[in-house]
Amino acid sequence: MSNSVELPIAKAINAGLREAMRKDPKVLLFGEDIAELGGVFRVTEGLHAEFGPGRVQNSPIAESGIIGTSIGLAMRGYRPVAEIQFDGFIFPAFNQIVTQLAKLQNRSEGYLQMPVVIRVPVGGGIGAVEHHSESPEAYFAHTAGLRVVSPSNPNDAYWMIQQAIESTDPVLFFEPKRRYWQKGPVNLDGASSSLHQARVIRQGTDVTLVAYGQMVTVALQAAEFAQEEGRSIEVIDMRSISPIDFATIIESVKKTGRLVVAHEDSTFVSVSSEIAARVSELAFYHLEAPVIRVGGFDVPYPPAKLEELFLPDADRILDAVDRVLAF
Amino acid sequence: MVQFLSPEGDVRVPAQWAEYGEHLKSLTEADYLKFYREMARCRRFDNEATALQRQGQLGLWIPAIGQEAAQIGSGFAVGPNDHIFPSYREHGVAITHDIDLMSILKMLRGVNHGGWNPDETRFHLYAIVLGTQVLHATGYAMGVKFDGKVGTGNLDEDLAVISYFGDGATAEGDVSESFLFAAINHAPIVFFCQNNQWAISSRVTNQTKVPLYQRGAGFGVPGIRIDGNDVLASYAVTKKHMNDAREGAGPFMIEALTYRIGAHTTSDDPTKYRDDEEVAYWKARDPLDRLEKFLRKNGINQDFFDQVAHDGEVLSEEIRKATFALGNPPIETMFQHVYSQQHPLIDEQMAWLKNYEESFGGEA
Repeated sequence: MSNSVELPIAKAINAGLREAMRKDPKVLLFGEDIAELGGVFRVTEGLHAEFGPGRVQNSPIAESGIIGTSIGLAMRGYRPVAEIQFDGFIFPAFNQIVTQLAKLQNRSEGYLQMPVVIRVPVGGGIGAVEHHSESPEAYFAHTAGLRVVSPSNPNDAYWMIQQAIESTDPVLFFEPKRRYWQKGPVNLDGASSSLHQARVIRQGTDVTLVAYGQMVTVALQAAEFAQEEGRSIEVIDMRSISPIDFATIIESVKKTGRLVVAHEDSTFVSVSSEIAARVSELAFYHLEAPVIRVGGFDVPYPPAKLEELFLPDADRILDAVDRVLAF
Repeated sequence: MVQFLSPEGDVRVPAQWAEYGEHLKSLTEADYLKFYREMARCRRFDNEATALQRQGQLGLWIPAIGQEAAQIGSGFAVGPNDHIFPSYREHGVAITHDIDLMSILKMLRGVNHGGWNPDETRFHLYAIVLGTQVLHATGYAMGVKFDGKVGTGNLDEDLAVISYFGDGATAEGDVSESFLFAAINHAPIVFFCQNNQWAISSRVTNQTKVPLYQRGAGFGVPGIRIDGNDVLASYAVTKKHMNDAREGAGPFMIEALTYRIGAHTTSDDPTKYRDDEEVAYWKARDPLDRLEKFLRKNGINQDFFDQVAHDGEVLSEEIRKATFALGNPPIETMFQHVYSQQHPLIDEQMAWLKNYEESFGGEA
C-alpha cells in the first residue's frame, strides 16, 4: 500500500465522512449529540468544527423525526447521513424507514431517489444497559428497497461509508461498536471492493465460515485456533447483508463442502437463516454436512453480566466446526 | 374562527380578520367562478369515482365530499414555486395543480402506487401511513431554508411548503415531531389540518383534548382555525401564511374545520357510528351551496351553472372511458424502481417470474 495510514474503525469512519463531505456539499450530518460532542462514540468528532453547524447538526431526540426529515431533505436534493445513537433506539424510526424511505422510489416509479444513509452502532460486548447492544439488521435486510452493510475493519469502514453516501438508494450502515477502537491499515488510494461484495479474508479448504461486522474478528480467531488443530477454515467477511454476495459464498462452499455462519443476532429468522436456505438451494450436491448457524439465543439481549454467554465466541464457532466436520 | 362567506352566501370581513381580508381584494369575478368550477369538478370526480368503485372498476375510493372549499381554496393560494405534501384525500388540491385525475384513479384501481412526478408537479405523492408525509414536508422545508430560498425578497426563487393532514393524523407522533423540527429550524411551512371531525369511526374528541389549531403552540407553531367550508377563508388565510412562511416567518398551523359528508372510504359504513341529524346539519353548511348562493346573489346567471353541470357530464364520461381502458400493469412494474441500481435478487426473481409465466404459453 503506497498511501496507507493506521486508524481505528471510529476514526476511519470519521475520515470517510470527512472525505464525502468535502466532495459533495449536499452531504449533511444529523443525529443526537453528533455536533460539538462528536457523538457518544466520537465518530463525528471534529466535523462540526470543520464544516460548521449548517452541515453537522444536533437533532432533537426524535428518531422518527430524524429519518422523516432526512427523507424530505433527500427530496430537496440533499444527501443526509443520520446517526442513530444506539441500535436499540432505531425503532421509533422503523415506520419511516420501512414504510417510507424504503418505498418512495418504487412508489414514485423512479421519479424520487432516496440517497439517505443511516449509521447505527451495532452489537454487544460493551457491558452496556438494555437496548445498547442489539443486532437489528435482519429487520432491515427483510425490507425491499433498503441496502444493508456492515464493515468489520478500518479500511472497509473508510471506503464503505463513502460508497454508502454515494449510493442513490437508502443504506443502513451498521458499525461494529465493540471494534470502534480496533486499529488497522486504511489504504487511502482507492477502494478494493464495491459496496456489496463479500470478501474471502482467509483461505482454507475444510470449512467455510461466514460472518459480518464485529463477528468477523471472532471468526478469524476461531480459524486461527482451528489451524493449530490442523483444520483449514476459509473465512468470508460478508460486508453486505442486503444484497448478499451469494456468488462468493457458494464458490467457497463448493470448494469446502461445509458451511458455518456466525453472527451476534438471534438465529431465528436471521441473516444466517437466509444463507442456510439459499446455500442448500444453490449448492446442495456440494454440501457434505448441514449448514450450522452460530448466533445469539432467541431471547432478549441479556443483562451485561451474561452477555459473554449470549454472544458467540471462538469456542462456540469451533464447536460448530466440529459438528460440520463430524459428517 | 375565520369566516368570510356565510352559509347563506354573504361575504363579510370582520375587523379582527381584516389582515386576511386583504387577500380577497385581488380576487376577480373570474377567480370566484374558478373556485366554484373546480369545487364542482372535484365533487363530480368524487361521485364518479364512487360509482366506478361500486361497479368494481376501482378497488377502493376515498371521498372528499364536503371538503372541497378547504382544498380548492388553499390549493389555489399556493405559490408557483411552493411544494405540497398531501395525505390521501386531497383530490381537490390535486385539481388545483393539474394532476392528471387518472393518476389518482390508477392508484385506487391498483395499477400503481402513485407514480406522478413530485418535482415537476410540486404536488407530492399520496401518503397512506398517517402523518408520515408531514415529516417529509418539514424536511423539505428545512432544505429550502438551508438553500437560502426563504425571505430573500426574490419572489421567483423563494418558496414555502404546505403539508396536508387530517384530525386523525394529529394523534400520530410524526405530526408532533414535525412541529418540533419545523419550529427549531424556523422552516417555511404551513401545516394545513383538515379537521373533518371523523377518523373512520372515531370522533375528533378521541384524538385531542385541545382545539387542534392550538396543538402546535407548545412546539412554537402558532395556529388559527378557519371555517373549512368557506373557500374564501381557506384561500385568504392560506395565502397570507404561505406568503409569511416564504418571507421567513417560520411555521404556522391552519385548522380548517370541515366535515366528512361521505364515508371514510367506500369500505366504510358511517351509519353505524353517526346519526343522520349530524350529517344533515353539515349538509346545510355545504361549501358548494354557499358559494353558489353568493355567486347568484352577485349576478352570476344560470348559464354558468348549466355550463358547469355540462362540464361535469363530460368529465364523468372521460373518466369512465379512461378507467375502462386501463389495462393491468406489466410484470416488470413490480420489480422496477425498488432500487436505483441493479440488484441481484430482484433481477433473479423478475427473470424467474417472466419465465414461469411464459411457460404457460402466453395464456397466463
